Amino acid sequence: MSTSEYDSYRPPEPEGGRKKRRRGGRPGGGRGGPGAGGRRGGGWKNRGADGNREMPMVEDVEFTSYYGRPIVKAPPWGDEIGLYLFLGGLAGGSALLGLGAQFSDRPGLRIASRMTAITATGIGGAALVADLGRPERFLNMMRVFKVSSPMSLGTWILSGFGVGSGVLTAIEVDRLTGEKLLPLGPLRRVLHALETPAAIESALFATPLAAYTGALLGDTAVPTWNAAGRNGLSYVFVASASMAAGGAGMALAPIRETGPARLLALTGAAGEMVAMDQMKKGMHPAEVDPMEDGEPGHKLHRAEKLLLAGAAGAAAVEVAARVFAKKLAGKTDASSGAFGAGGKRSWKTRTALRALSVVSGAALAAASAYTRFGVLEAGIESTKDPRHVVEPQRARLEERRARGITDDSITTGW
Amino acid sequence: MSTSTVENDAVADGHWHGSAHERKGFFTDTSICIGCKACEVACKEWNNNPQDGTYELLESSYDNTGSLGANTWRHVAFIEQDSERIEAARESGRKLVNLGMPTIRPRTDESAGAQPLGGALGAAADGSAGSGGLPSTPPMGIDLLAPGALEPSDPEDIANLDTTPPDTADFRWLMSSDVCKHCTHAGCLDVCPTGALFRTEFDTVVVQNDVCNGCGTCVAGCPFGVIERRDDGTINTPTDRDRSASDMDVPDKNTANKCTLCYDRLVDGQEPACAQTCPTESIKFGDHDDMVDKAHARVADLHAKGLTEARLYGANPNDGVGGTGSVFLILDEPEVYGLPPDPRVPTKDLPKMYANAGIAALGMVAAVGLAFLGSRR
Repeated sequence: MSTSEYDSYRPPEPEGGRKKRRRGGRPGGGRGGPGAGGRRGGGWKNRGADGNREMPMVEDVEFTSYYGRPIVKAPPWGDEIGLYLFLGGLAGGSALLGLGAQFSDRPGLRIASRMTAITATGIGGAALVADLGRPERFLNMMRVFKVSSPMSLGTWILSGFGVGSGVLTAIEVDRLTGEKLLPLGPLRRVLHALETPAAIESALFATPLAAYTGALLGDTAVPTWNAAGRNGLSYVFVASASMAAGGAGMALAPIRETGPARLLALTGAAGEMVAMDQMKKGMHPAEVDPMEDGEPGHKLHRAEKLLLAGAAGAAAVEVAARVFAKKLAGKTDASSGAFGAGGKRSWKTRTALRALSVVSGAALAAASAYTRFGVLEAGIESTKDPRHVVEPQRARLEERRARGITDDSITTGW
Repeated sequence: MSTSTVENDAVADGHWHGSAHERKGFFTDTSICIGCKACEVACKEWNNNPQDGTYELLESSYDNTGSLGANTWRHVAFIEQDSERIEAARESGRKLVNLGMPTIRPRTDESAGAQPLGGALGAAADGSAGSGGLPSTPPMGIDLLAPGALEPSDPEDIANLDTTPPDTADFRWLMSSDVCKHCTHAGCLDVCPTGALFRTEFDTVVVQNDVCNGCGTCVAGCPFGVIERRDDGTINTPTDRDRSASDMDVPDKNTANKCTLCYDRLVDGQEPACAQTCPTESIKFGDHDDMVDKAHARVADLHAKGLTEARLYGANPNDGVGGTGSVFLILDEPEVYGLPPDPRVPTKDLPKMYANAGIAALGMVAAVGLAFLGSRR
């Protein structure tokens, strides 16, 4: 039985000796590359009797490396980039929340979201610049607009987002200071007229800001990032951004206004769980490993725990907010938030709920941060061992050959 | 595969503009590399590249350089192999030939069911089995690599030639001078956000160090791990090199650096320093088409001598990077030399990733919208 017409050309198996080298490629449909309809059937993963994926690798390594040295290089991206990944998502999600809060008349949530957005943008942008080898040449990013470079697109997205977000911040600051502090004069009316256009402008850039980082990491030769990018890293990141923004809103705005933030955070949390799971299923085991082992694995596991805890808390707050809706709505001024003057009987409920809201919101935001750092570091980890590069590449090469595609290998016998 | 398609594809796919020059490239024939490292030295000297590491011994045969990097643009790999590994390489090379070598084995042999291994390889297999491991040809003691030692009558048809491999040696020492591939579809070039990386009139890929702001995206974009940021190594590459070895004047600090194919020399009508200095002409330089032709001829030559382990790396315009400007002839699987077995330019996946990001973004808008619709006041 053969899987391709070329199998008949193979020389006969020698007696003893070298059969090890050839075992993987045949005959049960190759090593079952991830490209084969998402199924990773046979192959080395299932050769371990106990299902432990690490086990078989020790005795039956299918490739030789050059003294175990890395094949691809990790980019010189440190914690600043991880921070930026988190803050970019947080900023994008918060801008959307702010827009919704403006239209649905939730001033507390609006202010909190807009302040979060501009703070995250500012710190995130600074982190990006700080990570450059030559920070003073940051503006060189603006020389070109290059679709093939997610880094270039991202720079423009972040800049576009920053403009609207900055205008909104100026408006909010002006309002909070009683429209007196900023020496605007007649321009004040112009500034405030810009509120809705600016909110919409920044909202237009908000989702790309949250989503493009998936393509940024995916569009690399780093095995774990590339495989993740091909399998929906953007979904994970967008869900994570929603979760972070919702969490920040929950932590910073009054309970009775943060209903949308809770729902967004819960949607994001569920989305991240599902998207992460789907993504890992689509990746080659050697590309998933760095996300499960070592420090990046710890971070991602911690993210998962925080996510579950935070989501449970958010759900509890949401249920309570609906049950005690009347108590909460009671005598509170919309503008002064839940901590303002309240009824005697309800202040305990409110305080407890607010505390729970702050804690679970912070947990969800932290979960998002851990996810970003975990994915970032998993990619960097995956460049250190050539196994993560060679095994998936060998698998997809064999898989293509098994399908009869033999003309696209970089190595040729002719 | 005619080499003209390389050019056509490259120009069309890469949106290259009409060049004043032919595409230039290397052909590195590792079968005649003697591991002298003159290329490494010449490269460092000409390009004024700073010291790499602390001159420590890396315990990897004679390779104490480590790998390509910001300061090392030519790297000679040394691999020591025993007879088992040699035989394995020969066999994997034989399989490669079987996969896609229409000129070596006429397709008519397929119909001959009684002889599943048609042509040259069948003959090779039969030969070794029939003579009990003792090769009938070539005779012992002749230099298999010497030009004309075993010239087939017609290099295109070696089906009838007895290509019994010579006795497998007990030991061999592979040496290979690695260099930037100057890909047809260059990942580093695609992802550079400043335009510091550019395609030259020689169709090579070069960094403008006065433009580069050191963002490091290109480092991640290269499927071969060639380009690197010249800095203190926040993230250590090959062997945890300690770069604070000695005070020296480091040019272009904190920007990306890699082989320029000696752009400055090409502009002046010279050949790259490594190619000029190579004493065995293992590193050949010239028009890319000629290099690919030479590579095809050379690998056919080696196969005709029974050295089926010989194979080309980067000569296929259909591969994941559209073929490389630097073509290699290697004698084992690419990963043995630290080369990726199936590199893909990451940009190839980018349209799909952007589509994913777009859908994800819309999903986020929907989620926010529903969150506001779904919550009561």
